[in-house]
Amino acid sequence: MAETHSLQDMRQQAAVAAKVFIQRDYTNGTVCQFQTKFPSEMETRIDKQQFEETVRTLNNLYAEAEKLGSQSYIEGCLACLTAYTVFLCMETHYEKVLKKIAKYIQEQNDKIYAPRGLLLTDPIERGLRVIEVTIFEDRSLTR
Amino acid sequence: MMKNCEYQQIDPRALSVSPSSAQNHAGKSAQRPRRKWEVFPGKNRFFCDGRIILARQSGVLPLTLGLIVVTCGLFFAFDCPFLVEHLTVFIPVIGGVLFVFVVISLLRTSFTDPGILPRATPDEAADIEKQIDTSGSSTYRPPPRTKEILINQQVVKLKYCFTCKTFRPPRTSHCSLCDNCVERFDHHCPWVGNCVGKRNYRFFYSFIISLSFLTSFIFGCVITHITLRSQASKSLVQAIQESPGSVVELVICFFSIWSILGLSGFHTYLVASNLTTNEDIKGSWSSKRAAEESGNPYSYNSIITNCCATLCGPMPPSLIDRRGFLPLDEPIPAPSASEMELPPFVAKNDAHMCTQSTKDVLERVVHSFDFHGLCPPGTPKTSPLGPEVSCTAAAPSPQTLPSASSSLQHARQLVPAPCPPFSRSSKKEMDSLHSINPAFRLASPSPSLSRTTLILGDAPDLGFIPLP
Repeated sequence: MAETHSLQDMRQQAAVAAKVFIQRDYTNGTVCQFQTKFPSEMETRIDKQQFEETVRTLNNLYAEAEKLGSQSYIEGCLACLTAYTVFLCMETHYEKVLKKIAKYIQEQNDKIYAPRGLLLTDPIERGLRVIEVTIFEDRSLTR
Repeated sequence: MMKNCEYQQIDPRALSVSPSSAQNHAGKSAQRPRRKWEVFPGKNRFFCDGRIILARQSGVLPLTLGLIVVTCGLFFAFDCPFLVEHLTVFIPVIGGVLFVFVVISLLRTSFTDPGILPRATPDEAADIEKQIDTSGSSTYRPPPRTKEILINQQVVKLKYCFTCKTFRPPRTSHCSLCDNCVERFDHHCPWVGNCVGKRNYRFFYSFIISLSFLTSFIFGCVITHITLRSQASKSLVQAIQESPGSVVELVICFFSIWSILGLSGFHTYLVASNLTTNEDIKGSWSSKRAAEESGNPYSYNSIITNCCATLCGPMPPSLIDRRGFLPLDEPIPAPSASEMELPPFVAKNDAHMCTQSTKDVLERVVHSFDFHGLCPPGTPKTSPLGPEVSCTAAAPSPQTLPSASSSLQHARQLVPAPCPPFSRSSKKEMDSLHSINPAFRLASPSPSLSRTTLILGDAPDLGFIPLP
């Protein structure tokens, strides 16, 4: 995906030291939420608050995508009436939010994670199962 | 501890960009960049360059379509002219609208991804294995492959899927016909030729509802037609002779109307209580019924909200990204690890009890050997190793090839492999292996179960990643 385009160089230069997986949090049902627990492998690289902030923002964005509100109902009813052909021309609300999420992750990677030798992978590339954080070996990476 | 080292050693090396594999892939994809649907591991078929997805066996979908088209065709040909004349012109209009709706819903149900969960990447699988091993619950072997979590103050068990190598999210089930984990799995419908899951449940529901209306409508019209005609010609038999198609329609509608109406009613109940067929059949929440109105932790406890959530909720995207291109630097699941990495790994592997995950890793490593032509791959089916199997490939020195564990993997997936220089097996280990898993019918001349003792545990449930 586009977000790793600029970071592909880094990926090829640096060796992967470890990968951390942030799993899903199902305490509220099947909505897409990720655990905010800070993984110990990243303690040396990044601030706990910063990371939790990122995950919390992602959780909020996913909640917005799956929200049952008037907009989603209207979209659903309209789709049903047009025998679901409306989706051929229109993007669903969920897809719009996913684009927002992709942009947010790229921005976070560029500003915060890449300078620290970390890389967040968009969960959609992992089937919304995990947030994969790649920890690169600590060579002197300057950005 | 040692196991962790092994993970660290194998995973990054085997999966990171190495010059040989990069070249390999670059060479492969220099011809044409491949789309992800072409390497999809499940049993699905794809059409229109990945736009349309179907289960492997289309089941009776052609029959379903055929029945609907034939019945409607007969309706328009035989009944409509008469009824337009005697009743109203709206009859074919309504019939036409219903027919179009039914067919579109049916095709949408059949051709839409039901909510397939992509399989875990090898890194993820290794990470999950690590967590299972180090967590307190695995104090005995085999480790229980379930995880308990709290959802809305209710305990729900998540099961580990051996094929997809991940803990299934709640309400997800693995369909054996399609060989995929499907989210909010309802059932696999042969009439529709696809699984019914999160993404296509609303299409399925609108299909059966509109089909009930269509069937009832045609049934009613045909009855009216025959009645009017027999009144006009004063004889039922003559009426039937004049319009033979009506009888065919009558028979089809009569037999299908019971099942379709029943199914519609059942699914309306499921939608109203936010249940899936799977959960209802298994009685997942029924034991709690006595205590509360509904033990279902996913229910919103309001019929309207449940209906809206299931049918009009936001449409989740397809997670398998069928039409995406395979990235050039990520290996397709059958990594070709370079040979140099193996001897140190093998040395460490000595005398360790390998867990299932390590076996998977070994399997990958071993298959990479296959690609290098060290042992003939043979047919990818489980076959007993017998004396008749002989290794025809040149056997490199015993130290460099991975030992027993990998040959055992071979036994699971391939016919061949065991190379003569390896027969240092001790009878004791053979016997222990025999008792652990009778599926491995190892004959004595077959090789080397020498150094590594394998605990196969819940072996029968192992789902190996099928190799291309």
